[in-house]
Amino acid sequence: MLNIAQPEQVVFKPELITKFNEIVARYPEGKQKSALLPILHLVQAEFGWVSGPAMDKVAEYLDIKPIEVYEVATFYTMFFLKPLGKHVLEVCRTGPCCLVGAEKIMKYIEQKLGVKEGEVTPDGLFSWRGVECLAACGMAPVLQIGPEYKFHENLTEAKIDELIDSLRLTTAVNPQIS
Amino acid sequence: MGRKILLEHINVPGINTFDVYRQKGGYRALEKALKTMSSDDIVEEVKKSGLRGRGGAGFPTGMKWSFLAKPEGKARYLVCNADESEPGTFKDRYLMTYIPHLLVEGMIVSSFALGANTSYIYVRGEMMPQIRILEKAIAEAKAAGFLGKNILGSGFDHEVYVQPGGGAYICGEETALIESLEGKRGNPRIKPPFPAISGLYNCPTVVNNVETIAAVVPIVNDGGDEYAKIGIGRSTGTKLISASGNLNKPGVYEIELGVTVEDFIYSDEYCGGIANGKRLKAVVAGGSSVPILPANLILKLANGENRLMTYESLSDGGFATGTMLGSGGFVAFDEDQCIVRNTWNFSRFYHHESCGQCSPCREGTGWMEKVLHRLEYGHGKLSDIDLLVDVSKKIEGNTICPLGDAAAWPVASAIRHFRDEFEWHVTNPKEAMERNYGLAGYADPLPKPEEVM
Ligand SMILES: Cc1cc2nc3c(=O)[nH]c(=O)nc-3n(C[C@H](O)[C@H](O)[C@H](O)COP(=O)(O)O)c2cc1C
Ligand code: SF4
Ligand code: FES
Repeated sequence: MLNIAQPEQVVFKPELITKFNEIVARYPEGKQKSALLPILHLVQAEFGWVSGPAMDKVAEYLDIKPIEVYEVATFYTMFFLKPLGKHVLEVCRTGPCCLVGAEKIMKYIEQKLGVKEGEVTPDGLFSWRGVECLAACGMAPVLQIGPEYKFHENLTEAKIDELIDSLRLTTAVNPQIS
Repeated sequence: MGRKILLEHINVPGINTFDVYRQKGGYRALEKALKTMSSDDIVEEVKKSGLRGRGGAGFPTGMKWSFLAKPEGKARYLVCNADESEPGTFKDRYLMTYIPHLLVEGMIVSSFALGANTSYIYVRGEMMPQIRILEKAIAEAKAAGFLGKNILGSGFDHEVYVQPGGGAYICGEETALIESLEGKRGNPRIKPPFPAISGLYNCPTVVNNVETIAAVVPIVNDGGDEYAKIGIGRSTGTKLISASGNLNKPGVYEIELGVTVEDFIYSDEYCGGIANGKRLKAVVAGGSSVPILPANLILKLANGENRLMTYESLSDGGFATGTMLGSGGFVAFDEDQCIVRNTWNFSRFYHHESCGQCSPCREGTGWMEKVLHRLEYGHGKLSDIDLLVDVSKKIEGNTICPLGDAAAWPVASAIRHFRDEFEWHVTNPKEAMERNYGLAGYADPLPKPEEVM
C-alpha cells in the first residue's frame, strides 16, 4: 500500500451510495459494519481496485475507524490493493486442479501474456494470478474473472487463446464494457 | 440406482426457477411446517432423521439445534455456511446453482424451527454468480409470500439475506464466519462460548452447511424416520460427494450413505473408474484436510472387508489405516501423481490460509511448506521426513481452531503411508525431478490379518 500511487480524491456516485444503503438495511440497527465486505466488493467493481482514499471514504460512510477497513481489506485475498489489469485471470492452483494440469495452464498464461503473476500487461488489459481452490475441482482446471467472477472450466491452451482473444476484442470494440 | 432426495429433480428443465420448483412439490415442506408443526416438532423430526452436519465435522444437527439458547428478548440467528473452500469440495456450489430454492426453502423452515426472524447465507465472494442466483430465488420466494411478515398467516416473520465473503478459507470455520459477517477479519473465536450461546452480534446462533439445511426439506416432507431408513447405522440419509482428480466422470453425486468405495470409484453410476486407463494410487476421501490413503486401504478395511462411504467405515482403523468422510470432497490420484508434490501443495495452501493467530499454526504451516518444498525440489535430507512428522505433531491439538489439525493431518498421513516415496525423493533427487515414483506397492492387496489365537 505504501509505495502505490494513490488517487487524490475518490468520489462515490449517488447510485453507489444507494446500493450501500440497501446493504446496510440488511443488518440490525448499529451493526452497519457488517456491510463492509459487500461494500468493498462494490468499490472494487466500480474502481477496479481498493485504494487508500476509497477505504477512508468507506470508513466515513460506515462510521467506523479507517483502520477497521484497512485490516479487513488486507486480510481478504479478493481485494486488490493496487491497480491491476482490466481483466484479472485468477487460476486455481490448489491440489485437485494440479492433478489435471493447472500448473501447465498457469505457465501457458504467463507465457502468452508475457507478464509474471501479479503484473500488468503494457496495454493495461491483463493480469493473472494463482488463487486457492475455487470449489470447482470437478471441472478443473478453472479460472475466474471478476468483478462478476465468471467461470471458465476444463481449461485447455486453446480455450485460453480463445478467451484472451475475445476479451481483447470486446475491450477494443467497447472500452466501457469489462 | 441409489435414491436421490436432494437432487431428485435436478434434471428437470427449469428446476432452478420458482415455478418449476413449485410444480415439483417445492415449498411443500414450508407449508407443512408453518401450518401443521411446532418448532419443537421440527427439531424432533431432525433428531429422528439422524442427520449429521454436512460441512465436515458430522455433528448431529438435531442435537446442535436443541443446544440453541433462547433467552427472552434476544434475537436468534441462523447462518448458512456457503463458504465452501475446502479443496476438493464443490457440492454446495452445485446445489446453489441448479436448485437454489431447495436452500431457500430449507432456510425458512430451519429458521422457523429455531425461532430466527433473520437469517444469512454467507457465500464465498468468488461465487458471485451463485449470489445473484440466490438473490433472485429469495426475491421469487418473497413475491410468493414465503418470506416477509406473517408468512402463510402463521405469525412467523422472516427475512433471508445473502452475504459475500472476501476470499479466505478460514471463514468456513463457523466462528471466523461469524466474525467475517460482522465485518471483521476472519479470526476464529476461542470457544466457549459456543455460537449456540453467543454467536452473531453476541446472540444465539446456529451455523449449518448448505447441504445440511437443504436436507431439512425432505426430512420435514417425509418425516425423520423415513430419512433414517436410508444409510447404515449412524450414517443416515444421502450425501453429496464432490468427485475430482483423475476420474472418468468427475462431478457431484448424491449417494446413499453405505455404497462401497469401490462402487463409487468404478461403477458407471458414479465416477466410472480412473481416467485414461490408469490405475488408482491414492484417495483423499473427505476434502484436503482428511488423511490421504493409498488405493489398497481406501478400498478395503484392514480386516479385508470392503470400505463403505459412511462416517464410520471411512474412519475405521483410526489414523493408522483410516480417514474421514469430512465434507465429501473425494479426490482420486492416478499412478502418475506425485504424493510429495501434492503434500507440498496442500501445505502451501494451509500456510497461505492460516489466519495467523496461533503460533503453532502460523509458524508450523510455514515450516512444513518450506521443508516439503525442498524435498520436492531435490534438496531434502532424510531427517526432514521426521522433522515434518515432529512439526505436524506440535501443531495438532495446540491451536484455537481445527485449521491447525487440518494442516497437520495431510502431512502426517502422507508420510505414514508413502514414506518410501518421500525417501526416494531424498536418495534420488535428480530422478525425482524427472519422473514420478509411480504406483509402487500402494495398490497391492493388503496382507491377511494375523489369526488371533
Ligand atoms: C478451517 C475450516 C474450514 C471450514 N470450512 C467450511 C466450509 O467451507 N463449509 C462448511 O459448511 N463448513 C466448514 N467448516 C466447518 C464449520 O466450522 C462448521 O462445523 C459447519 O459449518 C457446521 O455446519 P454443519 O453442522 O451443518 O456441518 C470448516 C471448518 C474449519 C475448521
Ligand atoms: S489454528 Fe490457524 S487458522 Fe485457526 S485460529 Fe489458529 S492460526 Fe488461525
Ligand atoms: S482445486 Fe481447483 S477448484 Fe478446487
